[in-house]
Amino acid sequence: MTDMMTQMSDTESCQLLTFSVGDNEYGVDIMNVREIKVWSEPTRLPGSPASMCGVINLRGTVVPIFDMRVRFNMGKTEITPTHITIIMMIGKRIMGILVDAVSDILSINRSDIRNAPDVQVDIDDAWVDGLISLEDRMVILLDTEQLFSEKTLTHAHDAATQHASTHTSTTLDSAPAETSH
Amino acid sequence: MYDLDAFKQTYFTECTELLDEMEALLMQLDVSVTDLDALNAIFRCAHSIKGGGGVFNFSDLVEFTHVQEALLEELRSQTLGLSQEIVDTLLQSVDGTRSLLSAAQTGASVDMTMIASLKTQLEQHAQTPLLKTTTQPTASSAPGEATYQITFAPKPSLLTTGNEPILLLRELTTLGAMQATVDMSRLPPLAELDPEVCYLQWNITLTTDAGEAAIREVFEFVEDECDLTIETSAIEKDDDAGGGVFEDAMAEIKANTAPAKPSAAPAATPAAPAAQSIRVDLDKVDGLVNMVGEMVIAQAMIMAQIRHLSVDEHMELISSVESLGQHMRDMQEAVMSVRMQPIKSVFARMARLVRDTARELGKQIELQTFGETTEIDKTVIEKLSDPLTHMIRNSMDHGIEPPDARREKGKPATGSILLSADQRGGRIIIEIKDDGNGINRERVLAKAREKGLVDARSEPTPEEIDQLVFHPGFSTAEKVTNLSGRGVGMDVVRKNIEHLGGNIVLVNHPGAGTHFTITLPLTLAILDGMVVRVGQEYYILPIASIMQSLRPTADMVHEVRHGVKVVQVREAFVPLVYLHDLFNVDGAQRDATKGIVVLAESGNHTVGLVVDEIMHQQQVVVKSIEENTHPVDGFAGATILGDGRISLILDVARIYLMSQTPKAAKHIHAMNQGNAA
Repeated sequence: MTDMMTQMSDTESCQLLTFSVGDNEYGVDIMNVREIKVWSEPTRLPGSPASMCGVINLRGTVVPIFDMRVRFNMGKTEITPTHITIIMMIGKRIMGILVDAVSDILSINRSDIRNAPDVQVDIDDAWVDGLISLEDRMVILLDTEQLFSEKTLTHAHDAATQHASTHTSTTLDSAPAETSH
Repeated sequence: MYDLDAFKQTYFTECTELLDEMEALLMQLDVSVTDLDALNAIFRCAHSIKGGGGVFNFSDLVEFTHVQEALLEELRSQTLGLSQEIVDTLLQSVDGTRSLLSAAQTGASVDMTMIASLKTQLEQHAQTPLLKTTTQPTASSAPGEATYQITFAPKPSLLTTGNEPILLLRELTTLGAMQATVDMSRLPPLAELDPEVCYLQWNITLTTDAGEAAIREVFEFVEDECDLTIETSAIEKDDDAGGGVFEDAMAEIKANTAPAKPSAAPAATPAAPAAQSIRVDLDKVDGLVNMVGEMVIAQAMIMAQIRHLSVDEHMELISSVESLGQHMRDMQEAVMSVRMQPIKSVFARMARLVRDTARELGKQIELQTFGETTEIDKTVIEKLSDPLTHMIRNSMDHGIEPPDARREKGKPATGSILLSADQRGGRIIIEIKDDGNGINRERVLAKAREKGLVDARSEPTPEEIDQLVFHPGFSTAEKVTNLSGRGVGMDVVRKNIEHLGGNIVLVNHPGAGTHFTITLPLTLAILDGMVVRVGQEYYILPIASIMQSLRPTADMVHEVRHGVKVVQVREAFVPLVYLHDLFNVDGAQRDATKGIVVLAESGNHTVGLVVDEIMHQQQVVVKSIEENTHPVDGFAGATILGDGRISLILDVARIYLMSQTPKAAKHIHAMNQGNAA
């Protein structure tokens, strides 16, 4: 389990920033959150994983933005002006996530976090850190380190490079129609 | 503890500089002339390193520099004559000190046998037992006891440089019987007293057999900070007029200097009146460069916004934003210049290299350097050392002939290598010229054929043969020496230079020498770029790599294989790269004859990049993409355009590699060969 969970004693509290993607509500440790921004059009990076929308300029730093809907296998976000980017510090990297809306700031105790039921089929679910049950709703606590681990990024990168190279060879060796006059 | 670490860091930085200085001075030493100034300066370097090492308890370093210092002491006191062997040993000992220092800094291990043998060599030169050397009386001073009248009047600023008069006086007492009187005439009333100012001066009577030089040595580090007179006096006199005797004076000093101590940091850089420079952490400078870069971008964004305004109504706003932009650019230039350093540091290393290598090879080679004061970005300087070392070694090893061979050819026995730097426009030009044998074209061609780099039937032009030396893995050395021919060839040199955004040109004069010209950007942080559009994407193409742009007619574009197209430009066939295909961009122009083909060059390769439109030229600040995300193939970095959006900078060399299959490349090469024949 993650630092946040192991380090906290039962009575210790922490704050979560919660946001929604589709019908689900997710929470991240507020200490990782740098800022919340309205959506601005990113620059596409060729050969990047499908979940990466591209990069934006955050006061001079090149920051990648990930579409959480794609990351959670829920399709692709149709971006409207009301969509929100949460800029987070994950390890030493600055990253942004594209979400539908920011919902709340929750103060919770360690005892409020329940382990996620061990029935997940999707192997990608290592990033679910636990569940928090509130009166009328449930918040999925995210392990951001896992969500954007080096492995995830490199893996995605490999896939993308593979894609790019297949694509290149396609252009060179076949499909003359694609580059015809 | 933390503070000590910070001082250590300063010490290491200073030592690096001192060692460089020592090396440079040693290189300049002429054994036939006794240059006492130079010897003293060298001694001071060694002495400072030893002193600092003692403070931090680096015992190996202290021991080693002590031996070094002892030899230097004999040299400067002229009890030992200078010889070439001594200079060589001293130069080697500089390397020894370097490795000891880096061991102290990083905890790396040192070859102690090497250090020990250097130490023995130093000691042998010094001939006399070690401990005596430091206090040995000099030839000029009269042996036997003498009494000296010393007036020591520190300047008010003495304490601020970390010097402590009491320590100097104590040091004097070790030389012989001393009486000191303090002159308090400059002491102001208590209310006006500044604890960091030295008001006192001393009249000292010292009876010693150590000689005047030893006395001067005590004051060596404060000689710029005080007025010092030393006179031999026949009569011993006891002048009590000024104040108390020595013991009283000590008490006075303690009382007066105690408050000043905290400000007198032990390792602080002495602020000599002439030195108008400060030591700044490179990270801070980089931070400043970045911030100014941001401001330039912000200004460009404002500019882009107000372009829509009517000039008549907003005349003043527009003109003030424009003048702001001008100031921004000036400021950017000024900040960039902080990062600039004279290329001298690299050139000095080359001088050492030539000296050592020439001896090793049994050749007589002289290195002439010009334009050492040319300033270039610190990062570029650091990365320039390896390629230059390699090229100069090549010149010495393969280019310049042994003295006999040179005489036979009617050349002077001493070969010369000319190394020069010059700034032209926004670029730095570095030239390396030798008067050796040049590149042997027959041998290069034979080797290239043997390695299958050149087809047995084709006859490359002489210039093409010369360019073969840049081919990966190419090395003509018949025997592998430990100098060159380690499989690291000129291709690596070219790659390094190109990585710095520069290029290298070779002109070969068979029999008469080679001439390399390296062109480098002044800085890596800013780049002149052309903004090109592909569909909805805007990319930056470095101006340096652009040769030409054209809109080809249909008969210029040929399809050589499935999907592989070339454009014929004059005599050459250049492979076309459709950027929209390479980077998966929708809605871009798919027809080269309706778009624009930009001929871009990288190394030996030229590619025709097919883009929709050329927008404008712009100076861009290079940003790292990798910092927060994965590296993206085909791009050298990113930048921020006037509208605040990120734009990617194209990496022509990578694009060429991404687009070419070996088969297609061969095909195009064959076409070009056929065309040339």
